[in-house]
Amino acid sequence: MMGLIQLGWSGMAVLAAMIPMQPPAASTIAGEVDQLYYLLTGITLFFTVLIFSIIFYFMVKYRRRSPDEKPPEVHSSLVLELAWTIIPSLICVVIFVWSSSLYIRNSKPPATSTEIFVIGKQWMWHLQHTEGPREINELHVPVGVPVKLTMTSQDVIHGFYIPSFRIKKDVLPGRYTSIWFEATEEGTYHLFCTEFCGTNHTEMIGWVYVMSPTDYSAWLAGSERSEPMAQQGERIFNHYTCGYCHVADGTGRGPSLVGIFGKPEKLSTGEMKMVDEGLIRQALLQPNSVPVAGFAPIMPTFQGQFTEEQILQLIAYVKSLGLQERANK
Amino acid sequence: MSTAIADVHEAPAESGVNYLNATYGVKSWLLTLDHKRIALLYLGTITLTFVVGGLAAVLMRLNLLEPQGALVEPDTYNKLFSIHGIIMVFFFLVPSIPATLGNFLIPLMIGARDVAFPKLNLMSWYVFVTGAACVMYAVMTGGVDTGWTFYTPYSSSYAHTQVIAAALGIFIAGFSSILTGLNFLVTIHKMRAPGMTWFRLPLFIWAMYATSLIFVLGTPVIAVTILLLGAERLLHVGIFDPAIGGDPLLFQHLFWFYSHPAVYIMILPGMGVISELITAFSRKKIFGYSFVAFSSLGIAIISFVVWGHHMFVTGQSLYAGLVFSVLSFVVAIPSAVKVFNWTATLYKGSISYEAPMLYALGFIGLFTMGGLTGLFLASLATDVHLNGTYFIVAHFHYIMVGGAVMAYLGGIHYWWPKITGRLYPDLWARFAALIIFIGFNLTFFPQFMLGYLGMPRRYGIYPAEFQVLNVMSSAGASILAVGYVIPLIYFYWSWNYGPPAGPNPWGATGLEWTTASPPPTENFEHIPIVTEDAYNYPTADVASE
Repeated sequence: MMGLIQLGWSGMAVLAAMIPMQPPAASTIAGEVDQLYYLLTGITLFFTVLIFSIIFYFMVKYRRRSPDEKPPEVHSSLVLELAWTIIPSLICVVIFVWSSSLYIRNSKPPATSTEIFVIGKQWMWHLQHTEGPREINELHVPVGVPVKLTMTSQDVIHGFYIPSFRIKKDVLPGRYTSIWFEATEEGTYHLFCTEFCGTNHTEMIGWVYVMSPTDYSAWLAGSERSEPMAQQGERIFNHYTCGYCHVADGTGRGPSLVGIFGKPEKLSTGEMKMVDEGLIRQALLQPNSVPVAGFAPIMPTFQGQFTEEQILQLIAYVKSLGLQERANK
Repeated sequence: MSTAIADVHEAPAESGVNYLNATYGVKSWLLTLDHKRIALLYLGTITLTFVVGGLAAVLMRLNLLEPQGALVEPDTYNKLFSIHGIIMVFFFLVPSIPATLGNFLIPLMIGARDVAFPKLNLMSWYVFVTGAACVMYAVMTGGVDTGWTFYTPYSSSYAHTQVIAAALGIFIAGFSSILTGLNFLVTIHKMRAPGMTWFRLPLFIWAMYATSLIFVLGTPVIAVTILLLGAERLLHVGIFDPAIGGDPLLFQHLFWFYSHPAVYIMILPGMGVISELITAFSRKKIFGYSFVAFSSLGIAIISFVVWGHHMFVTGQSLYAGLVFSVLSFVVAIPSAVKVFNWTATLYKGSISYEAPMLYALGFIGLFTMGGLTGLFLASLATDVHLNGTYFIVAHFHYIMVGGAVMAYLGGIHYWWPKITGRLYPDLWARFAALIIFIGFNLTFFPQFMLGYLGMPRRYGIYPAEFQVLNVMSSAGASILAVGYVIPLIYFYWSWNYGPPAGPNPWGATGLEWTTASPPPTENFEHIPIVTEDAYNYPTADVASE
């Protein structure tokens, strides 16, 4: 008999050991998100146990003892009503403030982030490093370096999710979204698509390899030879003779693109617009929707002429023009 | 139970004529204008849809026994979760309590002979069946694979399945919701018996009133959204697909503007049922009547301004995220108020544990867990990690199955003697309630853990480390399925052979218990005159003791 009980206990222990409880926490924000998660779990447990215990206590204490039993009258209490409205409200305020400040703090990538571009398509992830290397369903990143992902989709909505980093963002066609992370632990982590995207949604998964900086440099150097994205963008720029109008010194028929990225630009409507990835994309595909003040709206549309990858390369090139200017100063 | 038996002996047979045996034949049912018969037509229909949606869930859980998918191809799996969601949400949960118990009970509870527009009531059932037929057509001609959420541009430009037929079914069924809501609003406003003031109404009526408001105000939005989806898919009008000039997130805004309030269409009626059950089985006035009543209206109103919490990770602006987060916390408060009031109602009660009460107590516990885990998702930082994972699946099943379905079953058990005039074996019913509670928790609790670990929803194939928890969940689902089959059996038995129930087997208050079981076609011999508050259970008079 004792043996059976022991067997039962050890069986349960084995089963418990087989159940994973905690995903790896491998980014700078993972620990903070987990702390909030534990707080919420604590609150959930507290109130669940509280409600269950009170119900069980009342169930036993006030069980019907005779069929014609009449309970005493209990009057409603405004004090109680206010208490159980105000106390949960205060708890919610605490959670909201904690959670939102954490979210706001992590919403902007550090200025020093390296940038990687992501294109989702049915059913794979294309990634390109600014240094040039391309990857499919794999992402190599250095540990301890903030990485910003700028993402778009070639077809439907996808979701880019790395559970171990506690980050996720939808990847939308026709616009850019971005997230960032700083990996803290070397290792291999899941990459999942979390927005249902069709037949092989389940296969739209991959691996994130977090490497030491030296390994990462070696990986960059050893990956198949490719030029940096900005250079690829420059070749497209030249091939389409964009520089014929967009003359660097501003004397062309179109605005100079040097140094415009990340700064507001005045439109002919008088509106000021921040030049970001989305605006460059819009200016390229629907130029007349964002006419720059002081220039005639004569740019032809390039809708349908570039792949998402080429647009990202052109954006990388425009960005690099800004960086060159800053470097020259 | 003891009171029930006592009543059987006191009132062995009614005068004999009731709404069930007043007329006979298929035609007398298909053309009936009696709200009670229409409720039964709905009951039969949604029992069928529940079985179809449940079978899809069984196949999914079987497939998830193995990481590589034990049973079906990926395309088939995608169709299974889509049809499970579409049927369970639009063709079971939305109509469940309003169309069955609401239809049956609203006139009885307010002391009326029928709803305000009996023909409209029958028409709404035909509209509903037409919608359901469209969806069944979609299932049988290849299925639909967009999920119940129909996100664009996948549904409008990419899916090769029966999107239009399924969406059309939802569009049509929506009109049934609108007509039912309209009918209930007018009925509650205009048909209350003399003396039945607003604050003497049973809380079930308040809940149905709040639900009807959402039916009437929210459902047209999903109808418009589906029309736009059809325009893009069939006519290639660029609305949602950026490739033809649309906005990829517009659909989600429109969809959730209806579908979040729809969550409360599914849970508010359940809350109304629980208020009835808790009072009846503790023989107590509800604690804080006006707080429970107004919390229903509060929930209905706030529910229209929280839709953006479904979109925290879509790239909507930081400020929109903050506003929707704070509003989502606000909508949690009235639900918490209800839970506390129900619990306080038990205090110093005379509590008995027939099957409906077990469902009610189960509801409070599971709804508490479902509600509290909602805080994880209202909170921005944790939602980023949990959104789109099994945590979401677990959370809304605690609300929808642990909450709404438990309340529905509790309500059916409570009013079954009124509906059929017969009793069912209470011991079997308690046993089934227990099985359902255990099976439910074993099915869905592991899914919270899977979600935190990072397993995405809508995955028919998954990494091997998630297998143990998935097997636990599938095991729980098989227990849950048994729990759902048992009531079908004893209700069938009771309908044919159950002992007569008498007018008021539970010794409950409420006008519905003052008339015969089953009630006559005209509900009451004389329209009652109401002179007292709801839940006016006799109390022990301290002076007389």
